[in-house]
Amino acid sequence: MAFTALLANKMRSLLTMLGIIIGVGAVIAMVSVGMGVKSDVVNSISSLGSNMLIVSPGSTNRGGVRGAAGSRTNLKYDDAKAIKEKIKNIDFVSPSVSRSYQIVYGNQNWNSSVMGVTPEYMSIRSLEVSTGSFVSESDNNKRNRVAVIGSTVATNLFGTANPVGQNIRVNNQPFKVIGVLESKGQSSMGQDQDDVVIVPLTTAMERLMAMDYVSSVNIQVSDANKMDQVQEDIEVLLRQRHKIIGGKEDDFNVRNMTSLMETMSQTTTMLTILLGSIAGISLVVGGIGIMNIMMVSVTERTREIGIRKALGATFQNIMMQFLIESVVIGVIGGIIGIGLGCGLSMLVGKFGNFTTVITPLPVLVSFSFSVGIGLFFGIYPARKAAKLDPIEALRYE
Amino acid sequence: MSNIEKITISLRGIKKLYKVGNQEVAALNGIDLDIKEGEFAALMGPSGSGKSTLMNILGCLDRPSVGSYKLDGQEVAHLSDDMLARTRNQKIGFVFQNFNLLSRISALENVALPLVYAGVDSDEREERAMYFLEQVGLADRADHQPNELSGGQRQRVAIARALVNDPQIIMADEPTGNLDTKSTKEIMEIFQSMHEKGRTIILVTHEPDIAVCASRQLLVRDGVITRDEGKGVVLDVV
Repeated sequence: MAFTALLANKMRSLLTMLGIIIGVGAVIAMVSVGMGVKSDVVNSISSLGSNMLIVSPGSTNRGGVRGAAGSRTNLKYDDAKAIKEKIKNIDFVSPSVSRSYQIVYGNQNWNSSVMGVTPEYMSIRSLEVSTGSFVSESDNNKRNRVAVIGSTVATNLFGTANPVGQNIRVNNQPFKVIGVLESKGQSSMGQDQDDVVIVPLTTAMERLMAMDYVSSVNIQVSDANKMDQVQEDIEVLLRQRHKIIGGKEDDFNVRNMTSLMETMSQTTTMLTILLGSIAGISLVVGGIGIMNIMMVSVTERTREIGIRKALGATFQNIMMQFLIESVVIGVIGGIIGIGLGCGLSMLVGKFGNFTTVITPLPVLVSFSFSVGIGLFFGIYPARKAAKLDPIEALRYE
Repeated sequence: MSNIEKITISLRGIKKLYKVGNQEVAALNGIDLDIKEGEFAALMGPSGSGKSTLMNILGCLDRPSVGSYKLDGQEVAHLSDDMLARTRNQKIGFVFQNFNLLSRISALENVALPLVYAGVDSDEREERAMYFLEQVGLADRADHQPNELSGGQRQRVAIARALVNDPQIIMADEPTGNLDTKSTKEIMEIFQSMHEKGRTIILVTHEPDIAVCASRQLLVRDGVITRDEGKGVVLDVV
């Protein structure tokens, strides 16, 4: 019955549905873009390494004058080793130092940051080597002058030639290139992650930079739920090793990358909700469109309502007839809208610069919303129809 | 069967009052009327006489302000809207001047419509609707929409619809008003044969030559029944 009535006014029904179609489509497309942005952010943060804790030295304090964070020199390689030995639930511990140097090969030169790391650094930062190999444990133990270079450095010094096996000069010391890193592109902070030269930690500390301390220790925790526990254990251990007692301030910082990730994903969730609710407004407007057309339909069919009532239709019968009609508009509009929204977000994902993610939740929510809107905005016209006086309605021309 | 004639409709002291400004106007001013089962009564009267109001009350489309209306032994004067709807559905068949068929559905579906609201399942609906379409000689037009039928055919569909729920009374409001002479004759023949089969019929008309077909003629004037005659008398409406 509802279908016959809707088919009788194909164009009108279609235009009414269009409001719902656009509303549902917009909600799905917008939310999928928002979710895409979120997954991009989460991915780029976790590419820094997931479940990461970063220990860095605290600031100096000379007679009340405090230096910059990380300016202290008391975070030692041994501290990193102790963390690895004594604290549970840790996958990798990677102490590192870094400083900028002029890198020379033949008549080419390039300024880049040189990092001294242990082999664990590769796992912790999910690095890949495109040719050659990474710094090994024995390189680190023997303080070998070997280097793994990022692709930006490789291009600038070697052009298209293969750098592996060549010697480069860092701070006038010869280093043998043993590998080239797979390109990681820009980080989420806009840094070129490929502009780097990696050497063994001990080589960097003792032969290149003459440092007896490390500038940071990256720690990968095995389980995201253990982050807080591990962080606390590290703090206790380091206070003990650095002989800090009582209420004295730590001379180091332990930062938790998860909290950064949480903040970022909260921000992007807000963004998604914002986008979704703006699109949701068009869904409500579509609902008002349904109400409008149902009002017209009730007026237009006054006589039909009169006939039905004369033949014995009750309030409920008439109410249901019109409600079903508006719900059918909502349902069909919702289904087409889902198709449109999914199609749109796939197009945006394919041709736009956005990652889009379609999850069942916004699809379900916007669909039930469209059905609900059909119901809600159908109630008033349906009541109006059902309350008509049969004598008046039969007399209506 | 009892040999006492059963009274289908019994009106006592029916009044219908309307407020116009501060004044109360009585459209019906105390009507007492009994209609026996199987009677074919013609209700006549000039416009403004209260004839339409009386018909609306008899057809359970409206409620009297005062008075009692017993239909088939049941008091229906002050029922709720939904109870009135149910009463119309089960006890009254309507035939209107302008047919009042739904234009988007077929003749068969139109005939079956009262059964939808009576809660009859669709197979039985179709079967019963088809039977009554056959009775009015339109079985071959079952799939046609009303606008594909002539005026006389439409009115026959409407009559089939009025009969489909086997009601106690048939209310016909100027059923031949929009028809040509030939169709009028056909329709009146159908009413005659329904009357012979024992149906109670109330026919509202202003044409004396239609009213003479009835077994009883009632004249309404100024909200009261002024004349109540048997068959054969020609009442002057004006």
